[in-house]
Amino acid sequence: MIQGILGKKIGMTQIFSADGTVVPVTVIEAGGQVVQRKIKAKDGYDAVQLGFGVKKEKRVSKAMRGHFAKAGTPCFYRLVEVKCGADDDSKPGQAINCSGFVKAGDFVDVLGTSKGKGFMGSMRRHHFSGGAESHGSMHNRAPGSIGSSSDPSRVYKGMRMAGHMGFDKVTVQNLKVVEVKGEENILLVRGAVPGPINSVVLIKKALKKG
Amino acid sequence: MGIMHDVEKGFIRTDVPSFSAGDSLLVKVKIKEGDKERVQPFEGVVIKKRGSGPRAMFTVRKISYGVGVERIFPLNAPAVESITVLSRGKVRKSKIYYLRKLSGKAARIKEKRDSRP
Repeated sequence: MIQGILGKKIGMTQIFSADGTVVPVTVIEAGGQVVQRKIKAKDGYDAVQLGFGVKKEKRVSKAMRGHFAKAGTPCFYRLVEVKCGADDDSKPGQAINCSGFVKAGDFVDVLGTSKGKGFMGSMRRHHFSGGAESHGSMHNRAPGSIGSSSDPSRVYKGMRMAGHMGFDKVTVQNLKVVEVKGEENILLVRGAVPGPINSVVLIKKALKKG
Repeated sequence: MGIMHDVEKGFIRTDVPSFSAGDSLLVKVKIKEGDKERVQPFEGVVIKKRGSGPRAMFTVRKISYGVGVERIFPLNAPAVESITVLSRGKVRKSKIYYLRKLSGKAARIKEKRDSRP
């Protein structure tokens, strides 16, 4: 049994549950293939390498082309390794279906890359309160003091300042799987998932819920 | 949008009639009280429709004992038992908020006489 699968975020919508309440859901299209099975005796650990998103062969380096040719799969944009049990019988080339991984009612963790926000000030990036907007204040959106003077004579590491925000690896834990459509390989997960539409997300079994 | 359309398709009701702002409706809503369920009618004029797909909502306004009451319903909710169009109103806007400021004879809406499917 593998610990995760790859999917594409299709978007959010809302559906009605059996008792008539509205449920906000994210639609994820699972897919991809197994590219490699890592074995403890040979590689030192047990894992499955998954590929997602088919890429043109001419755009792939020769080394990677050989790797995909050995697996007998098309070339993929995204390769991810997920843990598996020693008795896992995944074969290279095997297609991934979400119905074998989760069922409705399960909980999953979803990993994605958050939307990039560019260079952001400290108010937006770290929720600083800023200064007064009026009454002659000239300290409007500036961060304020970033430390003491001659002692320590430097700015401490990790000081929260303006800078690049977003495009981080973000995990959302314990999302409930509302529906699994095995035929279409589609997954409906309650709540929001990090990243823009059409981004690749990794769906894992929930770490904190059995 | 193919996949999204397929997911939403199952949650869009096909048994609701087409109506627009200005129309008079009778909406029957299921209300849960403890473990019992009853149907409550709400009759009034549609003042707006918004959203598309399963998210579509509409607002119905009525005057109840001299007090204006507005209720917002989800168009596709299973709690809405039935929607009946009582009359088609002739209005020139899709959101007839001006009705809130009018009362009595001024708040009447001319009826549309042509037949729509």
